[in-house]
Amino acid sequence: MKFADFVCFKAAIPELQARDRNGAIAELVSSLDKAGKLGKGNCKEVIRAVTKRENEASTGMGRGIAVPHVKHKAVKDVVAVIGQSSAGIDFSSLDKQPVYSVILLISPVDNADNHLQAMESIFKHLQHEKFRKFLRQCRSISQIEDLLREADESVFV
Amino acid sequence: MQAEQDSLEKVVCETEVEIKNADGLHMRPAMQFVDVANQYDCDVTVSNDENSVDGKSIMQMSMLAATCGTKLKIKVEGSDAEKVIGVLRELVEEKMFGEPAP
Repeated sequence: MKFADFVCFKAAIPELQARDRNGAIAELVSSLDKAGKLGKGNCKEVIRAVTKRENEASTGMGRGIAVPHVKHKAVKDVVAVIGQSSAGIDFSSLDKQPVYSVILLISPVDNADNHLQAMESIFKHLQHEKFRKFLRQCRSISQIEDLLREADESVFV
Repeated sequence: MQAEQDSLEKVVCETEVEIKNADGLHMRPAMQFVDVANQYDCDVTVSNDENSVDGKSIMQMSMLAATCGTKLKIKVEGSDAEKVIGVLRELVEEKMFGEPAP
């Protein structure tokens, strides 16, 4: 799976307004909703579901990255959105460090394999320091899109 | 002297496990695996057909995308390798990460 297959580029947020975890989740889910990715009337419920999942176990994986996610009937295919925070957000990460890049993922309820494939694509790139650094430096939607499309062509790996 | 000899002794154990829980090796199971692996001094390597990754790194483990039914090779190197590989195998195949089968 490639980023372009499931990342909603136009919903990307180069600078999150939120300064806390729940705010960032709400901002990103709302952005997906505005982009028409969540169907009608699901936005609030998806925000609640992602937050609930995050409360069970943090998806702050360390090295400035968090990957909040949930399975929800609002989507038929995996969809993801990327948000950046130059100030950093507390996600109760494994390494207790702030998160600068948030990749929020909504997966369909009945397709566990699809979800795993999206995660594979995400971490294939995120485990490279260079990719994380470039992502953190993106300051516009088009820069984020360019970076992910380049990554799809395996420029970094 | 005894301790020194023990630390020089490098035991390598390998086994193949099958992912049996319905949702596969998603983030929570991967975190459980990494947590257990990190309780020991051994090196833990997990491989599928394409990649070999560090079993102590959540980012690398998430990259395996092991769906239900996938077979993974676990390799443990270190003095208590035999014990560790048993614990990890039990977590994957018997406890199934505390998740339901398909």
